Formats: sequence, C-alpha cells, structure tokens
Amino acid sequence: MSHEFLQNVWYLLIGVLLTGYAILDGFDLGVGVLYPFIAKTDKERRTLLNAIGPFWDGNEVWLLTGGGALFAAFPHVYATVFSGFYLALMLVLFALIVRAVSFEFRSKVESERWRNAWDWAFFVTSLLPALLTGVAVGNVIRGVPLDAQMEFTGNFFTLLNPFSLLVGLTGLAMFVTHGAVYVLLKTNGQLAERARRLAVKWWTTWVVLAVLTSIVAAFDAPARFAGKSPVVWLLPLLTLVFLALTRVNLNQDKHGPAFLFSALSIAGMMAVFGAGNYPYLLPARNVPEYGLTIFNASASQNTLTAMLVIALIGVPIVLVYTAYIYHVFRGKVQVEEGGY
Amino acid sequence: MDPVTLARFQFGLTIIFHYLYPPVSIGMAWLITYMAWRAWKGDKVYDEMTRFWVKILAMVFAVGVATGITMEFQFGTNWSTYSRFVGDIFGSPLAAEGVFAFFMESSFIGVLILGRNKVSKGFYAFSAFMVALGSTLSAFWIIVANSWQQTPTAYEVVDGVARLTNFWAAVFNPSTLPRFFHTICGALLTGSFFIAGAGAWYLLQERHVEFARRSLQVGVTAGAIFSLLILGVGHIHAVQVYETQPAKMAAYEALFETQDGAAMILWGFPDVEKQKVYLNIAVPKLLSLLIHFDPNSTITGLDQFPREEWPPISAAFYPYHLMTGLGFFFIALTWWGLLMGQKREKNQLFLKVMVYSSWLPLLTMNLGWVAAEFGRQPWVVYGELKTADAVSVVVPAWQVLLTIILFVGIYSLLLGLLLFLLKRELDEGPKEVTA
Repeated sequence: MSHEFLQNVWYLLIGVLLTGYAILDGFDLGVGVLYPFIAKTDKERRTLLNAIGPFWDGNEVWLLTGGGALFAAFPHVYATVFSGFYLALMLVLFALIVRAVSFEFRSKVESERWRNAWDWAFFVTSLLPALLTGVAVGNVIRGVPLDAQMEFTGNFFTLLNPFSLLVGLTGLAMFVTHGAVYVLLKTNGQLAERARRLAVKWWTTWVVLAVLTSIVAAFDAPARFAGKSPVVWLLPLLTLVFLALTRVNLNQDKHGPAFLFSALSIAGMMAVFGAGNYPYLLPARNVPEYGLTIFNASASQNTLTAMLVIALIGVPIVLVYTAYIYHVFRGKVQVEEGGY
Repeated sequence: MDPVTLARFQFGLTIIFHYLYPPVSIGMAWLITYMAWRAWKGDKVYDEMTRFWVKILAMVFAVGVATGITMEFQFGTNWSTYSRFVGDIFGSPLAAEGVFAFFMESSFIGVLILGRNKVSKGFYAFSAFMVALGSTLSAFWIIVANSWQQTPTAYEVVDGVARLTNFWAAVFNPSTLPRFFHTICGALLTGSFFIAGAGAWYLLQERHVEFARRSLQVGVTAGAIFSLLILGVGHIHAVQVYETQPAKMAAYEALFETQDGAAMILWGFPDVEKQKVYLNIAVPKLLSLLIHFDPNSTITGLDQFPREEWPPISAAFYPYHLMTGLGFFFIALTWWGLLMGQKREKNQLFLKVMVYSSWLPLLTMNLGWVAAEFGRQPWVVYGELKTADAVSVVVPAWQVLLTIILFVGIYSLLLGLLLFLLKRELDEGPKEVTA
C-alpha cells in the first residue's frame, strides 16, 4: 500500500475513533449534564448512574485510543495540539479524572452531604468536556496560528474565539440531546417524562446552533468550503435528514430508532467536519502552508502499515465484546444492591 | 523556574501517583479470577471473597483509570519535542494498548461491578479473567513503549526524527520481556500481599475467620510463588541491563572503576565527588559472578562514560538496593508463612508482620521504577535524545507550575478519599460465611 493511501486511511480511522467517542461518551456526558435537572431524588440519581455505569469507562477508551492512534499516525498533530492547547486540555483532563472516581465514590457513603458533593462534581466534570471538546473542534476548523516548525504561536485566549465557542455550544446541545434520548431509552416514569421534554427542547437548540455554525463558518473559515466536490454537500443534507428523523421518532415515542438517528446525526456532523477539513488535521490561520496535513504530519509507511494490522485484528474483537456488554445490560435499568 | 525541571517533576509526580494503582489492580484481578473460578465450582467462601475483593478492586481500578488518562496525553502536552522525535515508534504501542487492553478491561470491569446478578457464575469468572488479561496486556504495551526508550532498536534517524524499520523488532527490543515479566511478578506479589494482609488483620481481630483464613492462604501461597519467581526474573533483567545499558548498572552498583572480580554491594553510602562508597557491606566477586557467571570477570564501571552521561548515582543506587533488599524480605516472610501451614493462623507475630508489610511490595514496585527511570538519565531515549532536549517548547513554565499545583491538590484528595473508603470497606468486612 502506498504511503499516501495509508495516510488517507488513517485520516478516516482517526475520524472513526473520534466519532465513536462522540457517539458513545457523548450520551454519558450528556446524561451527566442533564443529571441535576432531571433526577430529583437519590433513587433517580442512582438510576441515571447505573444506566451509564457499565459503559462510561469503555466509552472513554475511544478517546484514549484516539489519542494513542493520533500519536502513532500523526505525531506532529499530537505534539502541536496538546502542547499548544495546554491549559485547555489540562482542564479537560482534570475534569475526566474527577469524573472517573465520582461514580465509584458517590455510592460508598450514605450521607447527604457526601452525595451532594459528588453530584456537583459529576455535573461539572461532565459539562466541561462536553463543552470544551466542541471548542477544540471549532479551533481545528478555523485554524490556529502556527510557525514553520509546526509549533502553536497563540495562547490560551486565542482558543476562546466566538466561532469556537459557538461550536462548543453546538457540541453541548448535541451531547445533551443524545443523552436525553438515552435516558428515555433506559428509564421509566417521571425520569423518562422529564428526559422527553428536555430531549425535544435541546433537539431544537442543536439544529438551530448547527445551522448557525455552518453559516458563521462560511465567513470565518471559508477555506473549509473551497474546492469541495459536490458529493461532499450531500453530507450536511444527510445530517439534516438524520436530525429530522430523530425528532420524528421522538414524537412517536420510538426511543430505539430515535437514539439510532441521534447517533447517526452525530456521525453526520463528524463527517461534515472531516470532509471540510481534509486534508488538514490542523490548518494554520496565519500562513496556510504552515498547516498540518495528513501528508506533512504523518508517521512513516512502516508505522502506518503496522498500525493498520493492529486495527484490523483488534477492532473487530473490540466490537464483539462491546456489543456483548451492551447486550448484557440491555433494557430498562434497575437499581440493585452492589450497584452505584 | 527551569521548564525542564518542572516538566520532569510533573511527569515523576503523575507517573508515581498513577503507578500506585495498576500493580494492585493487576495482581488482585488475577487472584479474583482464581476466587471466581472456585466460586463457579460451588465454593461459598470463595463466592463471598470474590464479591468482597471486587468492591476493593473497583475503587482501586477507578483511581487507576482516572490517573491513567493524564499519562496518555502528557507526552504531547509536556514533551512535544520528544513526541515528534519518537512518534513513529512510541505511538503505536500506546494505540495498541487502547485497542487490545483498555477496551477489554473497561468493558469487563463493568460486568464485575454491576453484573453479578445478570450473568452466570461461569461468565462472571470469565469476566474476571478478561479484566486480569486486559490489565496485563496494558502493562505489556506500556512496557514495550518504555523499554524502547531504554534500549531503542529497529529504527533509523532521518531528518532529525526516529523512523521505525521493523515493528516487531522494536516491540521485542532487548529489555521488553525481562521488564514485562519482572513487573507482572511484582504486581502479583503486590496483590497477594494486600489480600494476605487483610486476612491476617481479620485473624488478629478474630473476625470473619473463614474468609480470613482463605484470604491468608491464597495471599501467602501466591506470594511465596511470585517472590521467588521475581528473584529469577530480576536476575535475568539485571544481566540484560548490564549488557544493554552498562552505565545504568554501574550506577545501581555505584561501581566507579572498571574492575575484575567486582564485589556486590549489599548496602553503603556512595559519594560521587570522592568516587567512593562509605560503610559498605559487600560480597567479594559476587557481581562478576552473577553477571558473567565467572567470579574474576571484568565489569564495566562509570569511568568508561563521560561524566555528563552518568545517571544521578544516589537516585539510582538507593532505590535499587532498597528494592533488592525488600525482595529478599518478601521471600523470607511468605515462605515462613507457607511452611508453617495452618499454624500461621495462630502465630501473632507472623500475622502482625504480614499486616504491616502488606503495602511494601507496592512501595518496592515504585522503587524499581524510580531506579529504572533515573538509571536511564540523562537520556530520554537511551544514547539518542537527552531529557533536557525533549520538552514542549511552547508551554510556559508558569503553566506547568500551575498544573503541578493542581495535580498535587487533586491527587492528594483522591488518595485521601480512596484510603478513607478502603478503610471503611475493610472495617465493614465481608458477609459471614461458613465453608
């Protein structure tokens, strides 16, 4: 396989990993943001935690594996983005650290103060990643200042531009809607009723923000639109269809299909992002030639080949047992002894 | 403050803090697999032991995951020059760790924590096995990555970056397998000591006697096996270090001069300026004997290396010697317990020593890593890239200082809460069962 072919394959595979992350961790982050608004009693909160309990850790692995794959396939992007976005990334890391233990620790002590503290921690540490991943994506769409050595030349505040904040809010709306649909799928009664109302509201927000983001992008990042083949324009259309079908199924109380289309809408948005940015992994806003592409930032042919073999062996196995775990914990969630 | 020192301090802090948890998880997960298998065969005591130790594992595992997230990204955030240099080689084991290990352990830990009433006892035991296997594979891939830093193989430097020439040769570089087996034996010893220690603690209080006897038996037996295995594997590893990183071995042994029939220092106080070791207790010719199987053979000393390429001697010497000494203590303690048979359950002295020693293998694991990593200095990739040239160029020192402060705060809080919760769980104890 030629180097160029492998570079394209790995652009696609990194995209698949990040999309997997957005869809899977997306719902549990969304549940975390909704948590204080829809769960009123301790029982309801525990129901939500148990609904995502068996899955959140595996879901987060999509991000870790995406990080590892990015390091392996495009080391310069890994180096530039993570050192350049230092404080922002550390903020996300601290959130993910506290979030990971909040599940496990909350259930261990039956004190109201203890549990309230962890409830807050869980909400805030779900909100931060749900918002900031979108802000990061916004910057990757818009481009950041880079120098000829591929180093980031901006600062923390460079990243907090209006467009990227708008993308952050769009991402938040997307995760919250997706999370609300997941709650509908896994719970009954009042909890499900509150989730249904919020799913509808946030769906509208998601659609409005997504359209607004696209319009602003046309002005703020016109390079992402230039020279695209007409086929690429089918992607946003398809995404809109998926979004519409999410709403249709929500209205008819078909929760399974609603969740599926919500997941497909996320995949569609990621596809639009990937197609728009191609072949850039990180465009340079100051001098376009400084941008990191799949060609100038990639690993060698040897490494990309070895990694492809790893992916072809490993990913099918992962999908088999991930599917099995979702099967074991299918259906409406019960709060049981030994659970969260 | 100097950005290199800050970045090194942050890495040391976050890795040592992270490394408190995986050895416990790996060791316990294998022992839980054994318990769950016995439970599946119908043993009620092992069934309760499985339930109880899974609760402990779940908490330790959670903090391990939490602190592990930092490690996946820290090469990029703080060591971006390093990341650019080694990305072609170092990234793949990290990705492989995700694909082959993280998914496996994180999926099946969910079954262990929440699936007790949802799956059969057979599948539950299988899930424990998958968690153990996943965490062991995780150890394998991360050791592959670190071993390549120690003994880089199968690469060429093109345009200032290392390019992979052969994937499997890089994976199985000379130090990978000795270090992997050394680490896994250590993890199993760590798990064994916690389980044996808890058993001994309950026996001293005469609580949960049946549970405690079994835990002590499982812990002592596994401890006796792995403390002995680690001696053999440790020897092979030490010979490999001498062959591939002679400066590191010379630092471990504070061997300033190349000599024939080198003695092995059991303890002493090296003085780097005067190039002497004070108050040393040494066995003549033992180092030569162990490394070359010939008591009069020549051992390379630090004099063969330029002064600026010496590892920091104290930071390598003391942890290495403490590790080795503790290793012999673990053999003595576990074999004492094993050879006593059932009598150990009544031996107050043994039980007390077991309780107070339960955390020592974990300390030893960390001493080993400290020795291994300081022994590699001043290189981040041995003989190829110096640590001082590997940090991120765009991250200002104040930002690193800020994150260090936050890491110290959050990590201390996590450790404090974990210890508080573990204590509660141990006080509450298992449910009463009789065989």
